[in-house]
Amino acid sequence: MYTAEAVRLTRHGRTLVRDVTLALKPGTITVLVGPNGAGKSSLLKLMAGETTPSAGRVVLEGSDIRTLAPVALARRRAVLPQSADVAFSFRVDEVVRIGLIGSQPSATARIERLLERVDLGGFSERGYDTLSGGERQRVQLARALAQVEVMDPDKPRYLLLDEPTASLDLAHQLLVLREARAHAAAGGAVLAVLHDLNLAAMVADVIAVLVDGALLTCGPPAEVLTDATLKAAFRIEARINAVPDGPFLLPQTVVQGAA
Amino acid sequence: MTATAAPGTLAGRRASGRPRVAVGLAACAVLAAVAFIGALAIGPVSIGPGRVLAILAQAFDAPMEEAGRALRERMVVLDIRLPRAVLGLLTGAGTAMAGAVMQGVFRNPLADPGLVGVSPGAALAAVAFIVLGMPLFAVLPDVIQPLGLPLAAFAGSLVTTMLIARLAMRGGSMSVATLLFAGLALGALASAGTGLLVFISTEQQSREFVFWTLGSLGGATWPKVALVAPFVTALLVGAPFLARGLDALALGEAEAFHVGVPVERLKRWSIIAVAAGVGACVAAAGVVGFVGLIVPHLVRMWLGPGHRVLLPASALLGAAVLLAADICARMLAAPAELPLGVVTALVGAPFFLWLLLRRRLIG
Repeated sequence: MYTAEAVRLTRHGRTLVRDVTLALKPGTITVLVGPNGAGKSSLLKLMAGETTPSAGRVVLEGSDIRTLAPVALARRRAVLPQSADVAFSFRVDEVVRIGLIGSQPSATARIERLLERVDLGGFSERGYDTLSGGERQRVQLARALAQVEVMDPDKPRYLLLDEPTASLDLAHQLLVLREARAHAAAGGAVLAVLHDLNLAAMVADVIAVLVDGALLTCGPPAEVLTDATLKAAFRIEARINAVPDGPFLLPQTVVQGAA
Repeated sequence: MTATAAPGTLAGRRASGRPRVAVGLAACAVLAAVAFIGALAIGPVSIGPGRVLAILAQAFDAPMEEAGRALRERMVVLDIRLPRAVLGLLTGAGTAMAGAVMQGVFRNPLADPGLVGVSPGAALAAVAFIVLGMPLFAVLPDVIQPLGLPLAAFAGSLVTTMLIARLAMRGGSMSVATLLFAGLALGALASAGTGLLVFISTEQQSREFVFWTLGSLGGATWPKVALVAPFVTALLVGAPFLARGLDALALGEAEAFHVGVPVERLKRWSIIAVAAGVGACVAAAGVVGFVGLIVPHLVRMWLGPGHRVLLPASALLGAAVLLAADICARMLAAPAELPLGVVTALVGAPFFLWLLLRRRLIG
């Protein structure tokens, strides 16, 4: 279990995260949704150990993450950040290799396989700074997956994804979610910040709705995604499962593997 | 060193145009060795490289019944040129590697140790020593006397860097942005102090100071080498341990932490190693510009930005460049000696501009 216990984050007199308790269970995907500025990324950063909570604590398999050395933490959880900016002209394979903590430098085949998984086969020699935004994000995903691969296989592995679908086309959004699903199926746990509620409903075991830094509600998609929640969280009047007049596309209907 | 040597393995690499790492490192080592032998061979008394190697091989043997020319050559190589060449080797390697480390920490190819106050702090202390401290030092024994200036400069650079690093600390973490601004502010303050001291100095003192700031390996002696060696060696040996962390830092500080890099410790050790290493180099050889900026940049273009290769390759190429520059400094206006910093800037700046125009600098 990877748990935020009543974590609070206060910065410059503003409370960004209010006493949130959230548990990531092995084998499940938890999706964080909420309006802009609700504190989703702040909560993810607290979980990652990147920022220290003003109150409360984050516990990973029984130990407060503040007591864990960065490398010990990195062997249990990987993070896909929002920013995909890399200084200097690193090659794609060099960026992915950064995720392979403590592994041999001769990991070429492994890196190539990881790149194929994110649909970037043959990209390993390319300059990272020559890639498009979506390609960069997938390289970063490959790096996070590389980190997951070198973790202890006998313990649950945790994967934190901060808006992993942000600059991707639909096919690659689905690819990311497939990887998240595969990670959970292999006994890991995923925490993902998503904006697309359809994607969230499709992939999540648990949806946590964050509003003004506080957890509004948390549970299976069918229970959480209601007209009332949407109104309270996003201040929109909408009807769940109502069909519009014009053409529409749901990611749920995409045939897997056909892309 | 072209990418055609082994078509099978290098075929895919051609896109990025990077030769195999081992080839690049070996080439840098060869360049450094050639420059080192050159520094021992070239001078007013020209001695063939074969003879230089023979003299080096017998350096620790008891002087035989050599006479005349052979003895003179032996003295020229071992007593005059060798300490200077070793000091050049250390200064070049230390300065270039420190540049690479600083650029990694600041995630910016334009960073140099001057940013954390090494050079301005050293300059202030040097001028303070020349103007105020020299008379006090005159009473000390002859062996220590010539070390007064380097010691003062070293202390000055360390104190300035510590102050800047202290200012950048907030809540247990060092902000790189604050480091930059504190470095700028304290650097300006140190320069003001330097200017003030130059203002009250005598003609002779200010002349001595100006020459110090232009850099030179001229006063190289074994005690000076002994002063520089431990700090530069610490930097050369320690920095490769920072390589993986610096690679990860290229993704950003948070991202480096995500992959298990103790970011605060990395930044702290980088700055300590750089301040001590470059502080010692500046102390012994004055301010030698451009080597710390250009050499890592060249290596990055040629062998890529990965620090595992960048750091040692920069050290080797830095040593080669500095030794070559010193040979030019000694020979171009012989028997007079050009200041070393003038040579490196004279060659380095146009070269850098050429690179800049040929290829965009910041990727």
